[in-house]
Amino acid sequence: MLRDITLGQYMPGNSLIHRLDPRTKILLTVLYIVMVFCVSSPVWYVIPLAYILLCAKLSGLRVRQLLSSVKPLRFLLILTFALNLFFSSGETTLIQWGFFRISKEGLMTAVHFSMRLIFLVTGTAVLTLTTSPIALCDGIESLLKPLSKIGFPSHELAMMMTIALRFIPTLTEEADKIQKAQMARGADFESGNLIKRAKAMIPLLVPLFVSAFRRAGELAMAMESRCYHGGEGRTRLRVLKFQKIDLWAALVSVAALFLTILCGKWIKL
Amino acid sequence: MPIQIEHLTHAYMPDSPFSAVALDDVCLTIEDGEFIGLLGHTGSGKTTLVQHLNGLLKPTSGRVVVDGLDITEKGVSLIEVRKKIGLVFQYPEYQLFEETVAKDVAFGPKNIGLSDEEIDRRVRHAIQLVGLNYDKIAERSPFELSGGQMRRVAIAGVLAMEPKVLILDEPTAGLDPAGRNSILNMIRNLHKESGITIIMVSHNMDDISTLATRLVVMSKGRMVLTGSPREVFQQRELLESVGLGVPQAAQLAEELIAAGYDIPQGLYTQEEVVEAILALHGKGAGAC
Repeated sequence: MLRDITLGQYMPGNSLIHRLDPRTKILLTVLYIVMVFCVSSPVWYVIPLAYILLCAKLSGLRVRQLLSSVKPLRFLLILTFALNLFFSSGETTLIQWGFFRISKEGLMTAVHFSMRLIFLVTGTAVLTLTTSPIALCDGIESLLKPLSKIGFPSHELAMMMTIALRFIPTLTEEADKIQKAQMARGADFESGNLIKRAKAMIPLLVPLFVSAFRRAGELAMAMESRCYHGGEGRTRLRVLKFQKIDLWAALVSVAALFLTILCGKWIKL
Repeated sequence: MPIQIEHLTHAYMPDSPFSAVALDDVCLTIEDGEFIGLLGHTGSGKTTLVQHLNGLLKPTSGRVVVDGLDITEKGVSLIEVRKKIGLVFQYPEYQLFEETVAKDVAFGPKNIGLSDEEIDRRVRHAIQLVGLNYDKIAERSPFELSGGQMRRVAIAGVLAMEPKVLILDEPTAGLDPAGRNSILNMIRNLHKESGITIIMVSHNMDDISTLATRLVVMSKGRMVLTGSPREVFQQRELLESVGLGVPQAAQLAEELIAAGYDIPQGLYTQEEVVEAILALHGKGAGAC
């Protein structure tokens, strides 16, 4: 049912990773992505693996939780693996089966690219699992601030993201309620072909849009009546501050990145 | 068509850190033609309970038996159940979606596969039942009506399915006194004239006291009290402990008794109390 949709998958906690500044976490996630792309052969994924396991240990997240973030991507993963496996050119043939040929290089590339995808997703999951959506928005706003000098609406962007996130649960609940109300009137959302199902969504979507617009109007009014006029001169309740742990996290991460680059360069496997 | 609720328990999101028990071992039998007032504080499980009655929610354990059929079992045709049990949600006007009032009211009957003539007959009948004028309103957009009218149209949408049991979840929430009275009168007439079973969720004691034949009081997912309004309103302390109260008239009567006036015990409707005060004052109605 609709209730099961969770976009913000934040797991509340008070671990070391949770307490890092959101800006640190966003920047280090970018650094981590660079690190994953620097891995030159499948063996050297041990470094991001160690890094992820360290993050999991420090944040109190279970590895299973991190891996479950790969689940929505399983088809993409299988596709990546299959395409690389069958369509990479390589010297040594492992299996020849009619038109299909699997080469050693192809197998290596397939493993490499699939690993890359898995590591990218699990690593970024650490960010979204340990950072509340609000903190994430604050962090993004703060990081984009320098761009506002050249006219980039960083505050407005962050405000829109915050509002959107804030209303996801509200609208999900509303959708669930409307769906139930229509089901009580005999509506059927679960059977029939694609066209029939799309048509069945109309009684759900029309009231949902009407109420979303109504809410948007009310929210705009409420914000204006509290003198909201954009980002200029606004102060924050919680001011973001870098601490010592942020420095340590950055040092460890940069070290891991260099290790990855150096290993790939000098130790050929 | 009696409804038996047997040891019904429902937990939202079981096996997760957010797990919450909304219903805890509720047992209740609802007979034909009853008018049940389902009372309880916000979050007491009233809405969760009524959503089990037409299969919108599945219990964690326990059964709901409608007309001898266990609707919590797999493979039961829920559309058959929903034909018999109409459920009007809180703020039902937010579920309107069609271009015209007539089309919206016809949504339910259409879903259960009736003929066009039958649908038309039911739509006319339902709109008339909720006290609206079919000729004036049928071709208008439901979005240009007033709040009270929209709610009537939404209720008509459920009545058009001609249910044997009608469940209303806080049908008067957010209406002005005039709108409230007309909705309550409409429900009273429905119960009297068509003789259907009505279950009305409310936390307004004054609304429910004059309508219901039996009250069911919920608190924290449990059923704490059931009985006729007169029996239930005797338990003022219990009601107050679960965040409810007694009707204003009952409150007045009780305070008059406490102040030493000679008024019979257990009065709760406005008429009764007025009568008693008049009797006290002039020994007869109409004395003032």
